[in-house]
Amino acid sequence: MAEKKVRVLIAKPGLDGHDRGAKVVARALRDAGMEVIYTGLRQSPEMIAEAALQEDVDVIGLSILSGAHLVLVPKVIELVRANGQNDVQVFVGGIIPDEDVEALLKAGVSAVYGPGTSTSTIAQDILAKVSVD
Amino acid sequence: MIDYDLVAQGNQLALSRLLTEVENGTQSGRKALDDFFIKSGRAHLVGITGAPGTGKSSLVSCLTRVFRQQYSMSVAIVAIDPSSPFTGGAILGDRVRMRDLAGDPGIFIRSMASRGALGGLANATAGVVQILDAAGFDVIMIETVGAGQNEVDIARLAHTTIVVDSPGMGDDIQAIKAGILEIADILVINKADRPGVENTERALRANLDLGHTVMMNHNAGHATVISEIESQRKDWIPPVLRTIATQNSGITEVVSSILDHRRFLEESGLWAVRDQERLRTEVEHQLREELVERWRKTVPAEKYEEVLKKVYARKLSPGTAILTLMGDYSL
Repeated sequence: MAEKKVRVLIAKPGLDGHDRGAKVVARALRDAGMEVIYTGLRQSPEMIAEAALQEDVDVIGLSILSGAHLVLVPKVIELVRANGQNDVQVFVGGIIPDEDVEALLKAGVSAVYGPGTSTSTIAQDILAKVSVD
Repeated sequence: MIDYDLVAQGNQLALSRLLTEVENGTQSGRKALDDFFIKSGRAHLVGITGAPGTGKSSLVSCLTRVFRQQYSMSVAIVAIDPSSPFTGGAILGDRVRMRDLAGDPGIFIRSMASRGALGGLANATAGVVQILDAAGFDVIMIETVGAGQNEVDIARLAHTTIVVDSPGMGDDIQAIKAGILEIADILVINKADRPGVENTERALRANLDLGHTVMMNHNAGHATVISEIESQRKDWIPPVLRTIATQNSGITEVVSSILDHRRFLEESGLWAVRDQERLRTEVEHQLREELVERWRKTVPAEKYEEVLKKVYARKLSPGTAILTLMGDYSL
């Protein structure tokens, strides 16, 4: 029985200890029919890249509230690409100042979702971007 | 395309992509299962099951560290969590408890959603385990969905089944019911620092004693057919071990017990028996799927729907409906 599911890694890089947002998004993506791997708080970029590799995910969602996004996000993308996962999409959620969004997109992030984004928007975006064949 | 050589060399990307193909049941996934089959059959398959919240994932994490550090064995972990019956989505959260295992190339962790299967595993788990086995991992730990009383498929897949319990999960009547406790080769009481641990241990041990006595009677006279599991129990009394996974306490004893059990299986010839049992189940499972698929192809969809409508109208019972269809369309 062939069955393809969108697999998503929701990860919290860095040192902030608030994962409510990450859990809300994880739950919403679950309800949109995706398989969501959640790895918990305080993950290093190396841990996130390793999990993304072993789980063969289509999408990585990074939740950052600490302000370290300009360091952590490009590092995650670099490691994921070095592992050969060139088609994995990375999106970022959390507290990201408007002026940093451009830099993140340049670093290879496919979307940045700030506070107030509806979870169905995120789910629809992901489903639209990931080609499931 | 998947490069088999890369998988055999331990390339995690190639392995990971292959596991996805197998999980999704694609053409290349099926072909890989055929091609890799001869290389499988070497790994020690260890199942971990138990109720939700007893600490299965934490225990798997601790056990894996001991296998790595004290025995230098490579370990693959397959952790299964439930899929939503409504949306098909899933939250796979077992890695949260396994963060200490990050960064070790001798460990490979894969989360799987149950995708509608009810026995505590996913339908593709056996295939995923076979690939990991062929890829050369020494030990493969299979953590089931948080199990109730009847999720016992793991016993058919694993060589060694560990049932994890914790204090306060129920009285001695729960312990003598059929099902999950019967499949244990090793019983672990995790969270052993919690109150009530003595009661839990007493109930589990009393249950084992009951089981042992009954078996002696079987052997005493009548030509009772003794199943593989029963005859095994005769010589292997499942140990009851206490652990506190969060403090890493009691873990080395569980690992020794797993290795003892492997030795026991090999010396008693039960390793081969279990392997054959598992392969027989696998063949029958695939046979059933193949037959259903082939037969469905011979039945025109409109004819099938027509008969279904008669069932909806209570004019035909499901049993008669199938016999009617099978009479009209044979393989």
